[in-house]
Formats: sequence, C-alpha cells, structure tokens
Amino acid sequence: MSLLEVSGLNSFYGDSHVLFDVDLHVGRNEVVALLGRNGAGKSTTLKSLMGVVRPRSGHVRLDGAEIAGQPAHEIARLGMQLVHEERRIFGSLNVEENIILAGLTAPNRWPLERIYTMFPRLKERRESRGTDLSGGEQQMLAVARALVRDPKIVLLDEPFEGLAPVIVQDLMRTCRELAQAGQTIVLVEQNIAAALSLSDRVYIINNGHIAHEATPAELREAPEILQRYLGV
Amino acid sequence: MLSWGNFISQMFNGLVSGALLALIASGLTIIYGTLGVLNLAHGAMFMLGGYGGWIAYTYTGSYTVAVAAGTIFVLLVGVAMERGIIRHFYNRPPEDQLLVTFGLGIVFVEGVRLVFGSLIKMTPPPEIFRGITNLGFMVYPTYRIAALVIVVVALGALYLILYRTRIGMIVRAGIEDSTMVGSLGINVFKVFMLVFGIGAAAAGFAGIVNAPIVSIAPDVGDRYLVLTFVVVIIGGVGSFPGAVLGGLIAGQLLSLTSMIDPAYSEIVLFVAMTLVLMFRPRGLLGTAGRE
Repeated sequence: MSLLEVSGLNSFYGDSHVLFDVDLHVGRNEVVALLGRNGAGKSTTLKSLMGVVRPRSGHVRLDGAEIAGQPAHEIARLGMQLVHEERRIFGSLNVEENIILAGLTAPNRWPLERIYTMFPRLKERRESRGTDLSGGEQQMLAVARALVRDPKIVLLDEPFEGLAPVIVQDLMRTCRELAQAGQTIVLVEQNIAAALSLSDRVYIINNGHIAHEATPAELREAPEILQRYLGV
Repeated sequence: MLSWGNFISQMFNGLVSGALLALIASGLTIIYGTLGVLNLAHGAMFMLGGYGGWIAYTYTGSYTVAVAAGTIFVLLVGVAMERGIIRHFYNRPPEDQLLVTFGLGIVFVEGVRLVFGSLIKMTPPPEIFRGITNLGFMVYPTYRIAALVIVVVALGALYLILYRTRIGMIVRAGIEDSTMVGSLGINVFKVFMLVFGIGAAAAGFAGIVNAPIVSIAPDVGDRYLVLTFVVVIIGGVGSFPGAVLGGLIAGQLLSLTSMIDPAYSEIVLFVAMTLVLMFRPRGLLGTAGRE
C-alpha cells in the first residue's frame, strides 16, 4: 500500500476550478516530483494535501487515514509537512524558536542537535531573528522546521527557487541524504534537472490535470514530453 | 496656572493613564494581530472588569479579591465570546466582524445598565493605599502611585508571557502567520481562544484597577475604546512594545495638553495619530502588515 494515495481530488479558489480529479500515489521512501508550467496547479496540489487549501471533493489517504478536509494542524499531527514556496519563517522569532515551535506538538521530534548537524549554518545563527536571515538560510530553516517533526512525508514547494547556485547544491545534497535515509518526499520544482536528478518518479500536471507519469529516465529519453508540457 | 510643580504632577497623571492605556491597548493589539478581528467590544471588557470587581468587593470588602475576580470574570467572558460567537466570523468580511463586536459591546453595556442602573459605582482603594504620599518634590494620591506600580507589573507579566513562554512564542508566531502555525501541528483555534481571553482579561484588569480612580458606570469603557484604538495605531497594530510606547505617548499628550486647555487634549492625540499615519503608516513599532 502506498504511503500517500490521492484520488479524484478537486480544489477551487473561490469559483475558479483549479485541480481536476487529481490522482496520484507516493510509496514509502519514495521521492516523487510534480512538474508543470507556472499556474498548472502544482502548489495548489501540495496545499490541498496539507489542508491549507481545503479540497472540495476527493480522497487523500496518508498511511491509511483519510485526511481530505481535515484542518492543517490535524494533518501535520498525522505526519505530513509542507515547506511553503514563500518559506513563511516567523521573522519575530529567532532560528531556534522557529525550530522549537515547529516541534512542539510532534509525537517524535528530532533533537535540536540532529537538526544542527544537518544544517551547521543554522546552529551558527541560532540566536538570529528570522527577518535577519539570507534567502538560503531561510530555506534551510523552513526545511529544518518540517524535519524536526520527523514527518512521514515532506512536501517541498520549489525549495531551490531564487537561491544562489552554491546554496542550491547544498540543499540538493541535503535532500539526497534525506532520500537515502528513507524520507518520503514530494517535490515541486521549476528546476527540471534538479527535480529529475532527485526523484524516483515524476508526475506532470497540466491545467490542473495529471497529464503524464514517468520515471526520470523515461523522461530523459522522451524530451518531446518535457517540451510539450513544460516548454523545455 | 502653569507652574513647575503642576507640570510634574501632570506628567505623573499622564504616566498613570498612559500605563493604563498601554495595558488595555496590549489586549486589543494581540487580539487583532493574532485573530485579525478588531474587537469593538474591548471597551465593554474594560467596563465588565470594573463591574465584576465591584461586585466581588461588595461581597468580600477585599481589593485583592476584587482585582482577581474582575480579571478572571472578563477572561471567562472573552473565552465564551470567542467560542460562542467570534469563531463563526473568522471567514467573514471585516465589516461583519466589526458589526458583531460592536453589537456585543452594546449588549454588554445595556445589560449592565439594565441590572445595575446608570448611576456610578464606587470601589474604594484598599486601606494602605488611601490618602496622599509626599514624594519630596510633590504630594500625590497614594492609590495612583500604587495603580501605576500594579499596571507596570501587569505589563511586565504580559511581556513575560509573550516573550518567555512557549504559549507566548505561539502567540507571537500566530500574530505573524496563523496559517503557518497551523501547518506546524498547532491548533490555532485553541490559540485564538486563549489570546482572546488574555486580551479581554488585560482590559478587564485595567478596568478594576482604574475603578478607585474613576468610578464606574455602564458606558465607562466607551471613551477608552476610542483612545485605545488611537494608541494601537500610533504604536503599530499587532505590536506589544508598540502598544506600550503608544500608551505612554498618549498618556502624556492627553495630560500635558489638559494642563493648557482640556478641550484640546483629545484633538492633540488625533493630530499625533494623523502624523504617525502620514509619516509611518505601520505605526511607530509596527512591522509588516498581516495577511
């Protein structure tokens, strides 16, 4: 049985229908990328899974439990975490407070030292307020805040966007280590090369519909699919 | 007649009323910052604190019991109000929220008028704080000095709750981004209930501490509601330090202008608010606007 099973998911923004009968599944320890053009519905899919956007119909099962329509805090407690595209760091809290807050209600939280081993930069900046961090540091903190809850599945929404190449490499290495350690990840990313190199399987979403499912190797051999749906 | 002694005395008056305004405004600002609801019944919370305390005083004769009872009563009213009514308005337009809290304020004021009448009620200060104290450079009513100390201690307690406890950490995070707090597994509705209760209790506490200075009547909170809004705007919406700074500034402006001409005191306050809005629309210590 898959860790995450989504079927017939429909989401709206007001009267605007954004996701149409989305079906997807993610196996335990799997890294799945969700690719698509701007506005295709990638972020909305992640937000609908997390309960930040409440889906109007469909099923989302996490480890066998139905979570569609549940509030975000319940979904978080059941083991899902979303790292938002905008990072949404609490600027008035310092780095350590951001991490502690994130772990408060987690059943099995990581010790702080484990977080700091993974992100030594955050340890150096543990007293700094969220507003004083660079973009890369904010992204590390956003990922750390998700990991401290020891989630069953992490949804990463464009984690490399707007970051310097050297920071992207660092974060990719972290993601790879996490994947090797068995962390289940759903990744939304505009950086196609990064997404293909990290993932085991790829869904392509187009105008709110799942248009294609393939492995990264299959996509590399069929560039016309990437061209058709992603314009690359 | 302007004199040096008069000036110092008025500054002291300003400090006392400013600290009081700071406490009431702190309650209003954390509620608005966290829940996004502008509570127009906040003046009624101030009034209910005064009445709750007065009833307790009538039965026990104890100032301490009166302060505790007034505060706890308003805390419970705040929690009940959030659970019973306000919660159903989070996803509704701001004008609906304004109307419902304004309406609740009227219900509270007229309810109290119905039960206790319109005449003022007196809650005397405790025995040890009666009379006047010679400070060396001036004599001053002892209870006002005590009230200043009590309110400063309350502000300090509120500061410790907000900045030194985990609950405070959640509240500060919630003021910035309550959706993200929810995504991290924290039930924001429980946080909202608690914040509404604490915010209301701050006003209620101020209401009973103020009762021996200005005797209470059902509409005693109306003037404070308006002043508190001005304080929050001057200090910065959602900012606790802003509420304290705004309160102290407002207290001095009101008091020092009264020394020259009381008729202009509130006008000066609104001029100050207008200047802040023109040159620093976020308020003196305000940060980025909420979503």
